[in-house]
Amino acid sequence: MEPVSAFVNLYNNFFFIALPYIAVIVFLVGTIYRYRSTSFGFSSLSSQFLEGKKLFWGSIPFHIGILVVFLGHLTAFLLPKETLLWNSEPIRLIALEVTGFIFGLSVLFGLVSLFIRRISNARLRVVTSKMDIIVELLLIAVVILGCWIALGYRWGSSWFAADLSPYLWSIVKLSPQIDAVSAMPVVIKLHIILAFIIMLLFPFTRLVHFLVAPLHYIVRPYQKVVWNWDRKAIRDPNTPWSPTPPKNN
Amino acid sequence: MDVRSQVSMVFHLDKCIGCHTCSIACKNIWTDRKGAEYMWWNNVETKPGTGYPGKWENQDIYKGGWEKDGDSIALKGAGKKKGLLNIFHNPNMPMIDDYYEPFTYKYLDLIESPASDDQPTARPVSLITGKPIDIKMGPNWDDDLSGTPDYARNDPNLEGLTPAEQDAMFQLEKMAFFYLPRICNHCLNPACVAACPSGAIYKRGEDGVVLINQDVCRAWRMCVTACPYKKSYYNWNNGKSEKCILCYPRIEAGFAPACMHSCVGRIRYLGVILYDADQIESAASADESELVDKQLDMLLDPYDPEVIKAAKANGVSDSTINAAQGSPTYKFVKKWGLALPLHAEYRTLPMLFYVPPLLPVMASVTEVSKDQNDNLNPIAKQWTDSWLYDTSTEELWGTIDQARLPLKYMANMFGAGDESKIKGQLQKLMAVRIYRRWKTVGDISEEKVNEVLKDTNLTAELADEIYNLTSLAKFDDRFNVPPAHREQAIEMLEFAGDEKGSTGFGIKEKVQRGL
Repeated sequence: MEPVSAFVNLYNNFFFIALPYIAVIVFLVGTIYRYRSTSFGFSSLSSQFLEGKKLFWGSIPFHIGILVVFLGHLTAFLLPKETLLWNSEPIRLIALEVTGFIFGLSVLFGLVSLFIRRISNARLRVVTSKMDIIVELLLIAVVILGCWIALGYRWGSSWFAADLSPYLWSIVKLSPQIDAVSAMPVVIKLHIILAFIIMLLFPFTRLVHFLVAPLHYIVRPYQKVVWNWDRKAIRDPNTPWSPTPPKNN
Repeated sequence: MDVRSQVSMVFHLDKCIGCHTCSIACKNIWTDRKGAEYMWWNNVETKPGTGYPGKWENQDIYKGGWEKDGDSIALKGAGKKKGLLNIFHNPNMPMIDDYYEPFTYKYLDLIESPASDDQPTARPVSLITGKPIDIKMGPNWDDDLSGTPDYARNDPNLEGLTPAEQDAMFQLEKMAFFYLPRICNHCLNPACVAACPSGAIYKRGEDGVVLINQDVCRAWRMCVTACPYKKSYYNWNNGKSEKCILCYPRIEAGFAPACMHSCVGRIRYLGVILYDADQIESAASADESELVDKQLDMLLDPYDPEVIKAAKANGVSDSTINAAQGSPTYKFVKKWGLALPLHAEYRTLPMLFYVPPLLPVMASVTEVSKDQNDNLNPIAKQWTDSWLYDTSTEELWGTIDQARLPLKYMANMFGAGDESKIKGQLQKLMAVRIYRRWKTVGDISEEKVNEVLKDTNLTAELADEIYNLTSLAKFDDRFNVPPAHREQAIEMLEFAGDEKGSTGFGIKEKVQRGL
């Protein structure tokens, strides 16, 4: 076996050890800091109000697709053994791969529609920031790479679960093992690097709305009434003299 | 009994002259800034007309409010299931063009154009893109355009009127219109609150004002769909929803809301009403025919010792109970039964009430022959050519049934479609007018007046009371809201040195669009 050159070593160490840690730390610190300091800025910044028809053909395929694809990656990462077990049957493997690929195409279609919509509409250009464009292009790049990988390096779900999940877990466990990822083809490496870059930029983009998805809506009662003071106690004759008035907020 | 208090408003539509001063006062204080130019938290519409946003009352288009769902009710265009399923693209959301594209004019061109053979013009430019646009719609675009095919005849309230009735309405000789000022109704069963996936919208317990916490709003924009009155607006610039806040910083400080304070016709009354929150659910899900009655039944008599006791047990302060006892809105809504909620059929239990307009329905024009001329009452009836213009008030029930604006039309707005709901109100207004005419002009007999008062369950004292609060009321009579409960208002504890051009109140960080 040829000795790996120092440059390649450095490159691998940077992109698959340093970058993931930087990305995770910036992601965590950045989003928490931003949420706590200016939660006013946490918004999906919907532009449907200015343009609604083309949005349908971009937003729906993109969001549905990315949810499925993201959950797929998450499953292979969290449950590698179960994923491999599922893939042990060829029909199930092909079903999984085809599903993933279709939703990947859906993401790509959505992103491209959204991009065309955004740059072709004068009203939308007013509400488009530079970061929106950067994120959009990064996402398009990562999805194109992803679809390419799914077609060209079969079967992704299996080798992800077998080789990359352990790598990601080694990052989590603070003892990075990059042998497997270093041996990956360059397309796959690029896909991984771009994913970490998106994670790094995440707190500084509109993508943060993903973290405040309104899942609590499912369980909350429809109506919401807020009292500044505890109304059952505020007229208690003792409360005016107590050091802590019966406050609700 | 779960007694709560609500600051409510009454609009006396007979007094509204459609001057839009309220809209301008509101605009100047709250919505004169980027992203909010198109918003009119207060707007005044000409009725019949399509209003703002266009045809907002047609819930087949906008899917606002609640609808009956078995024994219960469900949001028409939002809610947990529809809201979350449509979160990536809301098919029921009104677009900017349903309101209008905000614009200004290039006034500088008038001054700076080089000398030429032509007059310089100030072209309209979009306030969104800054590019020249053709204005297709604007605020109160259909102002005073009753009878026009594009606007008045597309009024959703014409539903249920026969084509003949509609044609009769828009005959030139019979044409009438009135003005409808609208702000957020601060409902008891607000659809916007229920539709907000983030839980950013809430109703203040102390005074019932419905507010949006913009730090929690995430632009899922379901409130815009859910509000049947289209009074929750999406700020396209900073990606947050906004709505009328009933000028709560002013109310807390003892001032009337800007719209009310500036009202030229003094049509607005603001006061506290106590209500029983336990009845909200049953009132909101009542049958359509009972909706108005059940909502009015929820409003409690502030002099009833039981009510006072329950209110105190619920933490309602003494000053609020006092204010409820002197509330002008309680008088109009409950004591005299003159004011009705707007579109009760949306089932949000709106807490702004309207005294339906009598003026347009009073006079009538009929074709008569010339020989009747001698028998005419010189004050009430005028005869020109072959037309009789009749403002006679003697035939109380006759003129109301032959109203210029058909009762059915008024009932569609204020009576959930039921004509009998609106008729009593108009009769009472008419009775007070007949009574005053007897007192001041004297061309009506006392027997007739007594008969009319008896028919409408009024007494001379009540009629005088109504007349006084309608016509002679001073500011303190029209505005009775308890003195600032600053100690109870968390918002007042924060820095409120807000200024024009900022977003709402109490936001301490720089208000800017997120990344």
